[in-house]
Amino acid sequence: MEHIVIIGNGISGVTAARHIRKNSNYRITIISGETNYFFSRTALMYVFMGHMKFEHTQPYENWFWSKNNIDLKLGWVTQIHTNTKSLSFADGSVINYDKLILATGSKPNKFGWPGQDLNGVLGMYHKQDLESLEELAPNNNICKRAVIVGGGLIGIELAEMLLSRHIPVTFLVRESSFWNGVIPEQESNMINEHILEHHIDLRLSSNLKEIISDENGNVKSIIIAETGEEIPCNVVGLTAGVSPNIEFVKHSNIETDNGILVNEFLETNCKDVYAIGDCAQQRKAIGQRRTIEAVWYTGRMMGETVAQTICGNRRAYKPGHWFNSAKFLDIEYQTYGWVFSEHNKKDDEVHFQWRHPSEKICITIAYHKKNRKFLGINTFGIRLRHEIFDRWLTDEVNVEFVLEHLIDANFDPEFYKHYEQDIVEKFNTDNNTNIKTKKKSWKRIFSLNA
Amino acid sequence: MDKNSSLAISNPHQIPMNISQKLGLILGLIGVLILTLATFNIHAEPKSWFAIGSILLIITGATVYARSTYLRHPAGIKNNHVYFKTLSNRGVLGWAIGIVLTLFYVLLYWFPSYLGLGVDGASNTGLIVVFDRLSHFFKGQPANQWFVYGTLYTLAILSLGIKFMYKYRHNRYQLIRTIVVILSQLFLAYLIPEILEGLNTERPYFAKDIKNMWPLNYYFFEPWHLDSMRNGGTLGMFYLVAGIFMFLVFTPIITYFAGKRWYCSWVCGCGGLAETAGDPFRHLSSKKLSAWKLERWLIHAVLLFIIIVTSAVLYGYFTGNGEIFGLSIYNNFSKPYGFLIGAMFSGVIGVGFYPVLGSRVWCRFGCPLAGYMGLIQRFKSKFRITTNGGQCISCGNCSTYCEQGIDVRAYAQKGENIVRASCVGCGICSAVCPRGVLKLENGPEKGRINSKEILLGNDVDLMELLNK
Ligand SMILES: Cc1cc2nc3c(=O)[nH]c(=O)nc-3n(C[C@H](O)[C@H](O)[C@H](O)COP(=O)(O)OP(=O)(O)OC[C@H]3O[C@@H](n4cnc5c(N)ncnc54)[C@H](O)[C@@H]3O)c2cc1C
Ligand code: SF4
Ligand code: SF4
Repeated sequence: MEHIVIIGNGISGVTAARHIRKNSNYRITIISGETNYFFSRTALMYVFMGHMKFEHTQPYENWFWSKNNIDLKLGWVTQIHTNTKSLSFADGSVINYDKLILATGSKPNKFGWPGQDLNGVLGMYHKQDLESLEELAPNNNICKRAVIVGGGLIGIELAEMLLSRHIPVTFLVRESSFWNGVIPEQESNMINEHILEHHIDLRLSSNLKEIISDENGNVKSIIIAETGEEIPCNVVGLTAGVSPNIEFVKHSNIETDNGILVNEFLETNCKDVYAIGDCAQQRKAIGQRRTIEAVWYTGRMMGETVAQTICGNRRAYKPGHWFNSAKFLDIEYQTYGWVFSEHNKKDDEVHFQWRHPSEKICITIAYHKKNRKFLGINTFGIRLRHEIFDRWLTDEVNVEFVLEHLIDANFDPEFYKHYEQDIVEKFNTDNNTNIKTKKKSWKRIFSLNA
Repeated sequence: MDKNSSLAISNPHQIPMNISQKLGLILGLIGVLILTLATFNIHAEPKSWFAIGSILLIITGATVYARSTYLRHPAGIKNNHVYFKTLSNRGVLGWAIGIVLTLFYVLLYWFPSYLGLGVDGASNTGLIVVFDRLSHFFKGQPANQWFVYGTLYTLAILSLGIKFMYKYRHNRYQLIRTIVVILSQLFLAYLIPEILEGLNTERPYFAKDIKNMWPLNYYFFEPWHLDSMRNGGTLGMFYLVAGIFMFLVFTPIITYFAGKRWYCSWVCGCGGLAETAGDPFRHLSSKKLSAWKLERWLIHAVLLFIIIVTSAVLYGYFTGNGEIFGLSIYNNFSKPYGFLIGAMFSGVIGVGFYPVLGSRVWCRFGCPLAGYMGLIQRFKSKFRITTNGGQCISCGNCSTYCEQGIDVRAYAQKGENIVRASCVGCGICSAVCPRGVLKLENGPEKGRINSKEILLGNDVDLMELLNK
C-alpha cells in the first residue's frame, strides 16, 4: 500500500490527510515536532487570555486519528532524501515514503536586530512561544512592560494577550498608521483610535534599532531607531511578519526560494514531493495573489486540492475569490474580493467609504472607475455573507447593484441595527446618484443554493 | 503537563478589584448574608424589612459590580481569565458553591423544615419566616418553601440578568433576549401567579405559570391537578384549555418558525436561570462525542418516561382505576418520576451542579419539553445557525462556550449549517466567534441542512464536482 507522509500537522497537512483518507485507503503518517495533535494556531491567544484551555484548540478529539487510521509521529525531521524517498529525524530514526507532502508552515521573521536572541525576546507562532510567554509574562509583576515590534495581525493579537494580564504594552509600528499598507486610511485610523482606547502605547513610524541586555543576558530595554528613545521592558515580541519554515529543506534536492517552489499542481521539482500551506511558494502568482500566502484558508484549500491529486485526480490549485478576516481587539474585520490601500491601489480602483459617526463601524467598497464593476469590500464591525459576495464577484455585478442589495449580504446577529440606508445615502450624496435599497429577500439570498 | 490544565497552572494573574467593584460585591454579599443568617434563625427586626432590604442589596450590588467591571473597558467579548478563576474553572469556590446549592435543593425538596417551614400549624421560622409579610401581601397567607424559592429564583434571574446585560451590552440579540427572559420570569412565573393565587384563595391550588406547560410541568395531568383546575372556575378552565393548547398547538407552530429558542432561552424559567446565573459556567458543558450520545439517549428516555407516566395517570383518571397492568399508578409511575426527574434531576443536579457540569445539564440531558421541541427543531423548522462560507478558523470559541455542549466548530469548519435538536438558540456561539461565522436565523427550509465536501473559497469546479 502506498505510504503518504505529511510533514506538518497544521491546517494544510491535516486537511490533506483527511481528504486523502476520504478518497483512498493509503497508509497516512503525519509528522510534527511541535505537538502530538493538530491544534488551531489561530486560537493560541485565547489560551493565554484564559478564554479556553489548550485542549479546546484541538478541533478533533484524540481518538479521531486512530479511528480514521491516520498515524501520528512526534519528532523533528532533519533531512529529506528524495533519491531514497526517506526522511531522517533528529532522534536518528528514519522513515520511508512513497509520496511526501511538505506542510511545515512559517516561522517569525527576525531581521538581524542586535539583541534579537536575548532571553525575553520571542515570536508568537508555535505552541512553544506560548509556553515561553507564560513564563516571561505571567503578570505585571514579572513583566513590567512589553514592547511589540511589527504592526500586523499577530502583533495586535499579542498586544491583546498582554493586556489581558494587565501588562503595559508599547507597540512599535513601522508604518505611519496601523496596517495602512493593506487597509485604506479610514480603517487604519479607526484601528489606531481603538488601539489607544485600549491604553496601548502606540508608536507609529517607529522602527526597532536594538534590544539591550542586562548583566544576565535578559532583555532590559529597547531603542527606537527614529528617536533614539530607550524604553525599559522585560519582554520583546517580534511580530514583523512570518516566512516559510524550510531551513531543513534547503539541504535537500528540493528547490526553494523564500518558500518551497511549487507549480500550480503544488508539485515541487522532485517527483512525488508536494508542498502546501504557508511554506509553499507559487512559481507564478495566481491572479492578484501573492506567491506565498500565509493564511489559514489558503492552507486549507491547498490541502483539499493536493489530496485530489494524490488520489489520482490531478488538479491545479485554483483558489476562488479572495477573502479573509481578522479581529482587532474588539473590532471584527472581513474582506471579500480585492480592496487595496491608498499606497498600493491602481488608478482605476475607486473607493466608496462610509464610517459610523460614533461607533467603530465602517466599510470600504472598491469598484472600477470606468466600468463600475464591483472589486471588493472591507467591512469593520458589520458581518457580511461570504456566499453572497462570492456570487457577486463571480457575476461581476457593478457597485450600484451591491449597494441596492446590501441588506441581503448582512450577516449580523438578529436585532442588530442596520446601516444599509445610511450607507446608500452617503453613496448617493458622494456620487449624485439615486440608488434605493431593496428589501431583504430570502429568495435572492438562497438562489445560490439552487 | 497535565492534559486537562491550560498552559497556566493556576491563576497567573489575580486582577485586583477597584473600589466600586468591591462596593458592589460587598453590598450583594451583605444581602446574601442576611438571608443566610436568617436560615440559621439569626434574625434582625423587623424581619420583613430585612427581607426587602436584602433583595434590594443584591440587585444594587450586582448592578454596581457589573457596571464597574464591564463599563470601564470598550464593549466586546469579556471572557478573559474564565479558565483561571476558581469560580468558573471548577476551583475551590466553584465546588463550594456547588455543594451549598445542592444542599439547598435537598432541604427544599425533602427537609423544608430546616429552612424554617412551620410544620403541623406551627409558625414559620428561619429563612421562610422573613418572607411571611411578602407572602401575606400577595395572597394573605404565610410563606412556604415554594414561595421563598420562587422569590429567590426571580431575584437571581433579575440581578444576574442585569450583570449579563452589561457584559453583552454590544449585542442587541443578547440584550433583547435577556430583557424578555427577565420579564417572563418576573411576570409570567412570579407576579401574575402569586397575584392570581391571592385573588382566588378560596379555590384549590393549580399551577398558574402559563408557560410552564406539560411535559415540563409533569403534574399537569395528575388527577388532583386536573380536579383543581376543573373546580377552579373560569380561571381554572382557562388554564386547563391553555395548558393543552400551549403544548399541542402553540409550541409546535412557534418552534417551526423560530426554533425551540423561543422557549428555552427566551421565556423558560430553567433556561432563564441558566442564561443569567449560569452564565459564568456555560463553558463547563462536555463537548465530547460520548456526551452527545448520552444526551440523545437520556433526553428521549425521559420524554418517553413522562409520556408513559402521563398515559397511565390519565387512564387512571378516566377509568377510576388506581392500577394499570397490576401496577400502582401512583407508586410505580407518578411518584418515581416526581422524585427522580422532577426533584433529583431538574433541581439537585440541574442547578446544584452548575459550577461543575455547566448550566444546562437539565435542559440538555433531561427536560422532556426540550426533547419534544428538539425533535421539531431538528426535523421540521425554519431555524438554523448559518455558517458563513469558508470563514471559520477552527479556533474553538463557539464550541467552548456552547452551554449545550454542541461541537459547533465541527460544523462551522466544514461550512455546514448547525441544525441540532439540542440548540437552545442562546446566540453565544455567534457572539464569541471572532470571525463572524455564525448567524442564528429563521429562513426557508430548503437548503437548511447542508453538508459540504469542499469549502467555499476553493476552485469552483472542484467544489461543484465534490459537493454534488
Ligand atoms: C497567532 C497567529 C494567529 C493567526 N491568525 C490567523 C487568522 O486569524 N486568519 C488566518 O487566515 N490566518 C491566521 N494565522 C496564520 C495561520 O495560522 C497559518 O497560515 C496556518 O496555521 C498555516 O498552516 P500550515 O498548515 O501551513 O502550517 P503550521 O500550522 O505552521 O504547521 C506546520 C507544522 O509543521 C511543523 N514542522 C515544521 N518543520 C518541521 C520539521 N522539520 N519536522 C517536524 N515538524 C515540522 C511545525 O512545527 C508545525 O507544527 C495566524 C497565525 C498565528 C501564528
Ligand atoms: S449552538 Fe450556539 S446558540 Fe445553540 S445552544 Fe450552543 S451556543 Fe447557544
Ligand atoms: S468561533 Fe467562529 S472561527 Fe472559531 S471555530 Fe467557531 S465558527 Fe470557527
